[in-house]
Amino acid sequence: MAEHEAETEALTSDELLVEEVSIDGMCGVY
Amino acid sequence: MTFDLDRAWQVDPRVSMRPEPFGALLYHFGTRRLSFLKNERVLAVVRSLADHPSARAACLASGVSAAELPAYARALASLADSNMITERTADDSRT
Amino acid sequence: MTLAPDLPLSPAVAPSGGTSPGKLTDLFQLGLDAPICLTWELTYACNLSCVHCLSSSGRRDPRELTTEECKTVIDTLERMQVFYVNIGGGEPTVRPDFWELVDYATAHHVGVKFSTNGVKLDAAAAVRLAASDYVDVQISLDGATAEVNDAVRGPGSYATAIAAMENLHAAGFRGFKLSVVMTRQNIPQIDEFKAIADRYGAQLRLTRLRPSGRGADVWDELHPLPEQQRELYEWLVAHGEQVLTGDSFFHLSAFGSALPGLNLCGAGRVVCLIDPVGDVYACPFAIHENFLAGNVREAGGFQTVWRSSSLFASLRKPDTGGACKSCGFYDSCRGGCMAAKFFTGLPLDGPDPECVQGYGEAALAAVSSSSAVPPKPSADHSHRTSPRSAAGSPAGPVPVTIARRRPPSHDCDESPLAGFTA
Repeated sequence: MAEHEAETEALTSDELLVEEVSIDGMCGVY
Repeated sequence: MTFDLDRAWQVDPRVSMRPEPFGALLYHFGTRRLSFLKNERVLAVVRSLADHPSARAACLASGVSAAELPAYARALASLADSNMITERTADDSRT
Repeated sequence: MTLAPDLPLSPAVAPSGGTSPGKLTDLFQLGLDAPICLTWELTYACNLSCVHCLSSSGRRDPRELTTEECKTVIDTLERMQVFYVNIGGGEPTVRPDFWELVDYATAHHVGVKFSTNGVKLDAAAAVRLAASDYVDVQISLDGATAEVNDAVRGPGSYATAIAAMENLHAAGFRGFKLSVVMTRQNIPQIDEFKAIADRYGAQLRLTRLRPSGRGADVWDELHPLPEQQRELYEWLVAHGEQVLTGDSFFHLSAFGSALPGLNLCGAGRVVCLIDPVGDVYACPFAIHENFLAGNVREAGGFQTVWRSSSLFASLRKPDTGGACKSCGFYDSCRGGCMAAKFFTGLPLDGPDPECVQGYGEAALAAVSSSSAVPPKPSADHSHRTSPRSAAGSPAGPVPVTIARRRPPSHDCDESPLAGFTA
């Protein structure tokens, strides 16, 4: 992925009002 | 993903909502997905969905400006995609 | 499942909606009112003696929480809206009240996944589980063949796990988890693990070996080699969200784009451990006095421990990066795993022992050239004899557990250093 595209994606993620993660996406649970 | 702001929505009954200092956590017991609502206003919108005839009305009632509406539509779209919110049918309708 | 009751918006929170919501990880610095999920080790008793056991399990601790005390914990988790508990141990199914507690949890709006070696998952148990919506199962397996698996988990353990998976599959349970701890010996079998998961309708979960519990004794010989870490990373990237990781490989994010997950240490921030005697630790890989936040038997129970523990308060302070601050990859790897650093004797504000940039190796060399001994917890619930040889030398002498580790301290020892010799 081109650098500027990655930057835009990162920016967009910070701007998102909702983010989703799997319940297994947290470190410290075996 | 096109989200219809002018339809009636509600939080899926299998979702548990937990307000947090930053906004809220939503956990769907069926899909085991977790969503983070990253501010108080998007939480207010989601909570009030069932009380309004449309998602647009819920947004406006929570103080979402016209400029902000697209961002809120995107947020609601992703919640719909992960089944956190679903369209209300005539049976669900409260208004 | 009902929605949360309508609570008033907190007046202490600044007006929002107009400003950028920011990075998800930064939001946790405010601390959460409750963990998102947590690990609950129900018992230290276990029918196996896996060489790398993070909780040094084997023998039941006489101070185990009673059935009523466990139900009180569940009531608290319900009140706090903890969504999900991973019930483990030891082997949780050896507790006589295991099913009673699982049913109680799901009846009280706490989702359950339990980790097991499969010993009690007969056909009837599998049918019962397949009928439940809110109970998930995680089968542990550390080799795609009996040869590799049993070297770590003991003779017959491979067969036990496969039988359990066959029962779950036959009962129509789809999507249970097959969880593997990745080692030097089993990384070459990674595709075979996927095939096994697919065969039984399971979802594969690959997790990181930590030098915790008995893991400290075998870490040098079992932890992945640098080239294996890269191989593992590439494989995980290629398989995306199909394969779970418990977010245990966020230290590998320094190789390139981040793997799915929060990519940060959740210990004391979004997760924690409740152990069989009610002790609350930052995470299951950090069972040591330094990471002990309190006990559920104290006044105020688990909720008070989560909200008021000084240990957790210090973990929730923003991370300044320490010695890793100047590294360009710090934002991705966040300095790696606290437990991995602690149990290899490394400082917590420096590189992970398996830092993919190689900074961990230099740090480890400094530790081994000094006379410092890496920390060990004071409790050891291991069986008193080890039934088979260490991994990698199946024909070698059988080490007696007691000789390898400090003898377990007694209940009446007050000092956390009881039994420790410098």
